[in-house]
Amino acid sequence: MLKILKSGFYTSVQDLGRFHYRNKGVPVSGVMDELSVFKANALLENEITDAVLEITMTGPTLFFQEETHIVLSGAEMSATLNNLPIVNYKVYQIDIGDILSYGKLEAGFRGYLAIKSGFRPKVMYGSSSFFKPITYGNRLMDGDMVPFKYKEIFKPKISEIKVDSFLGETILKVHKAPEFDMLTEIQLQVLFSKDFTVAKENNRMAYQLNEMLEGHSHSMLTSATLPGTVQFTPAGKLIILMKDGQTTGGYPRILQLTDKAIAILAQKRQGATICFKLV
Amino acid sequence: MEIPQIRTKPFGVHAVLVEWPVEVSELILNKILQFESFLKIQCLEGANWEYVSAYNSLLVVNTKMTIDYVSFSKELQHWYASMGEAKPYKRYLWRLPVSYDPGFGIDLDDISVQLKIEISELIRLHTSHVYTIYGIGFLPGFMYLGGLPEVLEISRKATPRLKVEKGAVGIAGKQTGVYPQESPGGWNIVGNCPVPIFDATKKEPCFVSVGDQIQFYKVSRAKYDLHKIEVEVGIYQPEKIQIDA
Repeated sequence: MLKILKSGFYTSVQDLGRFHYRNKGVPVSGVMDELSVFKANALLENEITDAVLEITMTGPTLFFQEETHIVLSGAEMSATLNNLPIVNYKVYQIDIGDILSYGKLEAGFRGYLAIKSGFRPKVMYGSSSFFKPITYGNRLMDGDMVPFKYKEIFKPKISEIKVDSFLGETILKVHKAPEFDMLTEIQLQVLFSKDFTVAKENNRMAYQLNEMLEGHSHSMLTSATLPGTVQFTPAGKLIILMKDGQTTGGYPRILQLTDKAIAILAQKRQGATICFKLV
Repeated sequence: MEIPQIRTKPFGVHAVLVEWPVEVSELILNKILQFESFLKIQCLEGANWEYVSAYNSLLVVNTKMTIDYVSFSKELQHWYASMGEAKPYKRYLWRLPVSYDPGFGIDLDDISVQLKIEISELIRLHTSHVYTIYGIGFLPGFMYLGGLPEVLEISRKATPRLKVEKGAVGIAGKQTGVYPQESPGGWNIVGNCPVPIFDATKKEPCFVSVGDQIQFYKVSRAKYDLHKIEVEVGIYQPEKIQIDA
């Protein structure tokens, strides 16, 4: 078990998501930044679908009650193991009683803690990703316990990798989404030539942007949305749906972020600059 | 009967959107559900395909692989043309109890004044119509219901409530529906349904599907409380009638 001594700002268990319930209105959920998680799970020779902790902005303090191995990835959050600094993308052996804690957020916004064989909370509808009301809460609280599988012997084939960080990238590559063709010359011009900044309304459901386009009066019937869909409200606001985003919506869908662009955006906080580029 | 044409649009590299003519109709909805069922059973093998239907569209998603849009859209058109009169899934009419007790129907008085209808007539109208589920989204188990009688059309509340109770039954515009969980909301609340539309303690968390129909019936506050207890102990079975059999 992993004991959550202090939960931090927003820490949750996530895997690659909950599929096949979108037709009942259940978002996919899952890690916001898949790229960072793929690498961490790979170092631990885990399954690609093994669950990790997603740690947002301010990290938790964690107490290990069993031996295991861990890898940190994603945001750089000044983590320490028993008060000694540790780095991302390196396998660390954990002993009983070890304490992992987090300090200052140096780069990015979401850090990941991957563990040998994954975290194992109750699987709900094919996934252990937290999402209320599927799971009892959206995030971990002080004192919570998270199960993982104790693995006696693990000798990592590779113990550390050098990663080209994408935390500073600002270009979001996008595809045209179903209502792209409604955009006027002026709207297109602004959309692809200006920088946008992340609004304070940003979370696992959606990222809103501060800068607006010229408004519109295009109306449509409610239709499916995806993580990474850029919605365009009549007032001209851009809302980028993320992993916990609603499965249908009535706003025109003008762009669709690539998987990598979703990961890049997931590492942005309020005020960060981004721009769009068609694939 | 002429078959409505479809058009496809790419939606990222994992999904293709299939669209029917822009109208809210049972005919279109049936075609969408038929096609979804045909794709599932006869065309697309494997567990990685997922479908989201709503009003006049069907999203086909592959949860693992990328889709080659050009060839896949051709296949979709071909499959649609060759579908014939494939049978859609079984559809059900669900009868859901609603208490219109003033403690639940907190906007009944306002609606009655605005629409110039007696509350009893409002309840009679709301319960005498059968509504079709055109989509499920916004929240887990939130049904987009069509078929509200025109005389009950009323605009959303000018200021949305920060908290609408779980089970609240509301009307707004051409729609009626049930809030499956506590949530902010701008609909006019007429009552409360004791049956959870979404229940994560169940093996199948949401008993309704797109294409099903809903009819509300009025129950007393006492009956409401009884149903609530039946739900809690797990013996409540929602009433259903198969349609299109």
